[in-house]
Amino acid sequence: MTLSPSRGSFVIVMTILVALLLTVLPLPTWAQMFRPQWYTLVLIYWTLALPERVGVGVGWLVGIILDVLTGTLLGQHALSLALIAFITYQMHQRVRLFPLWQQSLTVLALLLIERLVSMWVMGAVSQPPPTLLYWAPPLVGMFLWPWVYIILRDLRRKFQVS
Amino acid sequence: MIVRVIAAIVISLALMVIDHRQHHLETVRSLLSVIVSPLHFIADLPLSASNWLSETFATRSRLLQENQDLHRENILLQAQQQKLAALEAENMRLRDLLESSFKVGDRVLISELIAVDLDPFKQQVLINKGSSSGVYSGQPVLDANAVMGQVIHVNRFTSTVLLITDASHALPVQVNRNGLRTVAMGTGKIGELDLPHLPNNADIQVGDLLVTSGLGGRFPPGYPVAEITSVHSEPGQHFANVTARPTAHLDRTREALLVWTLTPFEEYQPQPFAPDEEEVVTDSEAGTPGAEESESAAGSQAVTEPGETQ
Repeated sequence: MTLSPSRGSFVIVMTILVALLLTVLPLPTWAQMFRPQWYTLVLIYWTLALPERVGVGVGWLVGIILDVLTGTLLGQHALSLALIAFITYQMHQRVRLFPLWQQSLTVLALLLIERLVSMWVMGAVSQPPPTLLYWAPPLVGMFLWPWVYIILRDLRRKFQVS
Repeated sequence: MIVRVIAAIVISLALMVIDHRQHHLETVRSLLSVIVSPLHFIADLPLSASNWLSETFATRSRLLQENQDLHRENILLQAQQQKLAALEAENMRLRDLLESSFKVGDRVLISELIAVDLDPFKQQVLINKGSSSGVYSGQPVLDANAVMGQVIHVNRFTSTVLLITDASHALPVQVNRNGLRTVAMGTGKIGELDLPHLPNNADIQVGDLLVTSGLGGRFPPGYPVAEITSVHSEPGQHFANVTARPTAHLDRTREALLVWTLTPFEEYQPQPFAPDEEEVVTDSEAGTPGAEESESAAGSQAVTEPGETQ
């Protein structure tokens, strides 16, 4: 291997930035409730693909940036994303071998955990419980997972991120 | 990994507690937002670009039409403004007779909303003026119709505004018809405010206009806030169920007005401003004959009766 160990960091950072951008991109009001958790999907992919490079630390950092970006309590997304990265890391060797539809179900579970943690935080600072639509983004994310997976895998192969 | 995730969880929890209880993290937040603000501007780009294109390639006749319309509207508004100046002066004289203190004018700066979607479960918007324009945390924000909210985070070139309908926002108001004071709480829904502290026999009706009372010291008194939409009183309950609809177009407006209140206690202090002087709009206090004297008079009497602006 002649590749430097930090090869492709640029690609990882760019995909995370695009995910963050998609998170704040203005949408019509009815569509806002269905906006998938792009940042979580991208984080799950990179943790599955390169667990030795992307993990809890990156998840936490992305979370902090997201908190500043969307104006939530500092640490809210950091907490949930660090947790998600940890769980993904723990089972990455199994999930990697799953067929895509089974991966989607796993991703659904992870996305639901992310929402749940956020809801706990919102409840702790005494915001009213959100509507049932609060649980819509994980479902959208589940259906998007195969495409996210394939696109990011192709990107990873094209730029030989390792 | 276990150690790292436990550290991450502990740090996150600590950050959340500090951010929620105290406000020591404002500097951290504004530092980080310098890094993320390019993302905000890129997200805003499609809309601002399409606005720019439609302005640039507008037809001449449409521009002329628009110009005429604006001119007409301007004349109308100026006519109303003349009346307002006279009324204001009269009001100040009457208040002087009553020996009550009252602030005269406010300084206003127009800012534009940046088109980004923030957290969908908090009612907040991003505006394109920050500490470089003298914006401060807690500053009241209006739109053309009524009170919109207040600034909660200030960065160098942007700031975040918490809308009055956010579930964590409460605003001291008073009924314009009879001066009844109460508190309007946000509900988390964009078109609804809740007035939970009104007794069943309170004199309040559907259609009443709520204005800011100036209590609490954040918002200048007398600005419209909302209109009562429903009043239900159940005999078994202590308080009536009163809801109101904000008069401001919270979900439609593109411009927001930042207000600097001039209380009678402080002299007019010019803030360090960005050189965009044409955007600084002073209220009518300079043009109002007698307003200056009455303001200083009110200031001297404020010691005896400080109730209005405290």
